[in-house]
This record gives sequence, structure tokens and C-alpha cells, in this order.
Amino acid sequence: MTAILDVRDFSVEFRTRSGIVHALDRISFQVARGETMALVGESGSGKSVTAYALLGLLDAAGRITGGSATLEGVELTQASPKELARIRGARAAMIFQNPRAALNPIRPIGRQIADVVRRHAGLSRRDADARAVEMLREVGIPDPARRFAAYPFELSGGMCQRVMIAIAVATRPALLIADEPTTGLDVTTQAVVMDIIQSLAAETGMATILITHDLALAAERSGRIAVMHAGHIVEDAVTAELLAHPRHPYTRRLLAATPTAAGGLADLRAIPGSLPDLRRTDLPPCRFAARCEQRLPACEAPMAWRHLAPAHRVACWNPA
Amino acid sequence: MRGLLWRLAGSLPALAAVIVVTFVLTRVLPGDTATYFAGPTASAESIAQIRAELGLDRPLPEQFWNYLRALVQGDLGMSLTTGQPVLTDILQRLPASAELTLAGLLLAVSIAIPLGILAAVKQGSLADHACRVVVTAGVSLPVFFTGLLLVYVFYFVLGWAPAPLGRLDAFASAPPTVTGFYLVDAALIGDWETWRGALAQIVLPAATLGLFALAPIARITRASMLAVLGAEFIRTARASGLASSTIILTYALRNALLPVVTTLGMVFSFLLGANVLVEKVFAWPGIGSYAVEALIASDGAPVQGFVLTMAILYVLLNLAIDMVNRALDPRARRA
Repeated sequence: MTAILDVRDFSVEFRTRSGIVHALDRISFQVARGETMALVGESGSGKSVTAYALLGLLDAAGRITGGSATLEGVELTQASPKELARIRGARAAMIFQNPRAALNPIRPIGRQIADVVRRHAGLSRRDADARAVEMLREVGIPDPARRFAAYPFELSGGMCQRVMIAIAVATRPALLIADEPTTGLDVTTQAVVMDIIQSLAAETGMATILITHDLALAAERSGRIAVMHAGHIVEDAVTAELLAHPRHPYTRRLLAATPTAAGGLADLRAIPGSLPDLRRTDLPPCRFAARCEQRLPACEAPMAWRHLAPAHRVACWNPA
Repeated sequence: MRGLLWRLAGSLPALAAVIVVTFVLTRVLPGDTATYFAGPTASAESIAQIRAELGLDRPLPEQFWNYLRALVQGDLGMSLTTGQPVLTDILQRLPASAELTLAGLLLAVSIAIPLGILAAVKQGSLADHACRVVVTAGVSLPVFFTGLLLVYVFYFVLGWAPAPLGRLDAFASAPPTVTGFYLVDAALIGDWETWRGALAQIVLPAATLGLFALAPIARITRASMLAVLGAEFIRTARASGLASSTIILTYALRNALLPVVTTLGMVFSFLLGANVLVEKVFAWPGIGSYAVEALIASDGAPVQGFVLTMAILYVLLNLAIDMVNRALDPRARRA
């Protein structure tokens, strides 16, 4: 398998008034063509920052401080803002949670799709409009020619997310980053939205990064899961393997905190402690150590990956 | 369309209130019209005679009834100062005020909106600081002061501007009336000499009004742009790799303009008020100076006519703002 996205030792910092936030610390992962990788972790673990940093969407306070990230062989960390804008929407696209707010409220939805198509594919206005209608049909919006002129406020949340997907995949990108794409949608709509993303991915060979805090969703929809904690990737394995044999204490805790159909609420276990303050200058090599029950003196040593199985690695000195 | 008619109907009570209040106000204001017009040497009998002629000796409800009856026939009464029907005076002078106000507004908008956009897009830049200075100055300088300052500098000291004596040089003749706007009428017949003359006259008073209007428009544009640039759909536009010109002008600005348009309506009504002073400073023959002169002379009918005209202008203005908002915002069309 060739990686479409290859991220190595990628680090991001934010400069704030109260100090430098070490938001991402040397994270590495690869995503292959057609693969769906889930990036899971609690709020603040750095999932979204990873996506924004890769696409050059960080705000002025954030900057990439090290490592490399290549998309189809193009080095993203060295690209100029102009080059990145040419890649965004064309080769790598992104969809967000809260789809209604993510769409321009006073521009017809078809026009918003056509804007992106015209920008990247250089189509004429008429061709771009035709392509927009075609995309609306592709994401399952009924009566697409008429809906071209609809505004976001006239559509349901699920329909808005379909429009977002249409905008993202209209240019047939190699990579789609879906940042909590189903949060805020009802369960049946969630399933439909994920079905659309996955069938488009299967059809075009698009790689997908599914960013979510919902392990159940990741379990159902991804081929591989990378678990993030406090700006580190702590474990990375094929989905079935990770769910059956979680090795990192944080992954185990995360699974114990995820509701299942069989278990009751009383079976859920909260994860003790909270994320460390990422502004600290003396962050320990393992950022989970302070919350960890299996901590050893060895945990003070710099972290190294352990490869437990061909497609299963964990960053822990004392894996379960 | 039905919505607009409803809005129009909804403003009728406000107009009725304006009619009552101005009538009462002109009656309770100090100063007696009859005494003023009879002159300082008039006898008590002649004053009483004038009062009877004007109908001012009647009980107030009867006076009000007579006023209303005349009003529905389009009769606003006579101006004792000019000796003409008030309606004729106002129709004659309204274009002068309208031309000045619109020129001031146009000037303000054409500077304030680009300035506000630049200040928001490049925070902390020179444009941002310029925006702050302009906003502070515009808020703290009263119009009559700016007006006098401009006259002093550009007419008295530098001699660049003509004397502040109305719409045209005393020796020039007005262009034939089509719109009543000298700049438009002169351009229509291609009389560029008159056009330049009218332009030279209007620059300073329009700049005075413009400086006054600049501050709120620039401030709202900047704040509104900043809010919209932080919105999630701008993040989507950036994530889709749209060109920054498309993001700023097509996506951000059109959304940011909604509150700006509402502010424009407010600023326009401030300008109508500020006009009264500016017209006085520049001897501009508009309805503002007309109303001030009538007020000083205790001449009730022109004052009532002026206030009523203003009220109708406000109603029409709000209607126009509504229509612009509907054109800009699809959500307003549905409501």
C-alpha cells in the first residue's frame, strides 16, 4: 500500500499570552489510498489541530515547528500559502461538524459548490453549475436542479452535511478529512452521512481521516484507528485489533468509557485526571504518565514505539 | 410586496403621532407668532387682528381640526416669512438638502467601507490605525465645528474653495430642473461649467457631513467584517481553497454588509438632523435652514411642515433599508 498522506515527526505550537502551547509533539502516521483512518481522543487531544495544521489553516498564533507531511508526494510543511490554497479543496478537502454554520448563509448551496469547482477545475460558469447539480445528485439530495438555488436555512442539518460533502468531494480529492462530521446529527442521519462518505471513498479511491471522539463510530466506520492523547499519538492499530487488544492504558481507559449496547451506564468508567497543561515547559516524555495506573520508573525515559504486531504499534513502556 | 405594504401601513400611527406632537409643540413653544409679525411698534388691536386672521384666537381643538382638514388636501399652510405656501417652499428646497445629504453619505460610504474592510482584514496595520483615528475624530468633532474649520482652512486660508454661499456662485444660473440635483441636472444637459461650479460649492458641506457619517460606518464595517471572518463558513471557504479575494469580497463582505446597511439607515437619519446646522454654516438653501429660520421667527406652519416631511422621509428610508436587506439576505425574504 502506498501512503497518500505521510506524516512524520510533525509538531505544532501555539504562541499565547500565557506561554507556548505544545499542541502536537512529533506525531507520525500514514494514510493509504482508499483507507479510512480514525483519529480518536478526548477534546483537546490535538485531533482537529492536526487537520488544520496539515492543510495550512492554523490561525496566526499557531505554527509548524518540525517534521514533515507529504500529500501525494508534495511536502505540505514547505508549501507557500498560495500553493496550500491550490491543494486545499483540490487534493485535500475537509468537512466539519455543525454543517449549517459551515455553509455561507446567504449564498445558494449550488453556487457554493460551483465556486469550488470553478476555482480548482477552471470550468466555465455553466459547466461548474452543471457539475454542482451533478454533485448534489451524487450525495443523494432529491430534485438537485431545483435545490441548486436553495439556501442553507431551507435545508435540514443532514441535508446541509450532504452539501458540505458535495463541496468537499466535487474536485475528487485524494484525501478527505472529516472533523466530527456526524456530531449534532440524529443517529439515522449520522448513518446516512457516513454511508455517503464511504461510498464516495470506495468509488474514487479517496483516503479518509475520520476525526471523532466517538469510539463506537470509529469502530464501525474505520479500517484503522490512531488514538491521540495530549498532542501525542499513543496507539495505532487496525480497528478490530485495537478494539480486541487495546495495549495502551489510555486506549483501555477510553474503551472503558465508551457506552455499548450491552452494558449499562453503571459499567462506564471515567478516565481519572485530565489532560496535562500543554503550556508546561517540563512536559514528561509520556504525557499520560500522571494519569496512568501502570506507571513505571522507566516511563521517565524518552518514548519509543513498540511494534506489537505488523499493524499495531503503541507508545508505552508498560503496555497491557 | 405585501410585507412592504404592511410595513407602510404600520408606520401610519407614527405619522399621526408626529402630526399631533408637532402641532402641540408649535403652540406651546415660547414666542407669539402674531406679536412677532405685527412688529415691535404694533398696537394691541393690530396684534389681535393678525391673530384672528391666522385663526390663532380659536380654541386649540378647533385649530387642530382646521390644520388636519387642510393637511388631507395637501395644504401645509402659509409661511409668514416667505409669504409662500409651505408645501411649495419645501418642494423647492428639499432637492438641495437631499443632494447635500446624499453627497455626504456617498463620500462617507466610499471611504468608510473600504477602510473598515482593510482594518478588519489586516488587523494592526496602518489601515487599522487610520480607521481608529477616523472613528475617534468623527465621533468627537461636532459638525458645525468641522464645517467652520473646513471653511476657514480651504476658503479663508488656502483659497481653494469658493465662498460658502449656497449651491452655486451668485452669478451662475441654475440648470433647468429635472431632478432638482444641480450635479445631475447640469450633467444631463452637458453644462460642465455649471457642473464644476456646483461641485465646488458642494465639496465642503458634503465633506463636513461625510466626516460625521464616516465614523459609525467605518466602525460597523470593521466590527462586522471581523465577526464574519471568524465565522465557520469562512473556515469552510478557506478549507475549500477559494481565492482570498473571493473569500473576502464574495463570502465575507456580503454577509458583513447586512448590519452595515442597517447602520446606513441610522446614519442617514443622523445626517438629516446634522443637515440643519451644516446648511446654516454654508448658507445652503435646504429645508434645514428653512426650518431654523422659521423657528426663530415663531413661524409655526413651516416648522410643522418640516417635521412632517422629515417623518415621511424616515418612513420611506426605513422602507428602502428593508428592501435592500431583503435583496441581500434570503432569510429576510422568507420572514
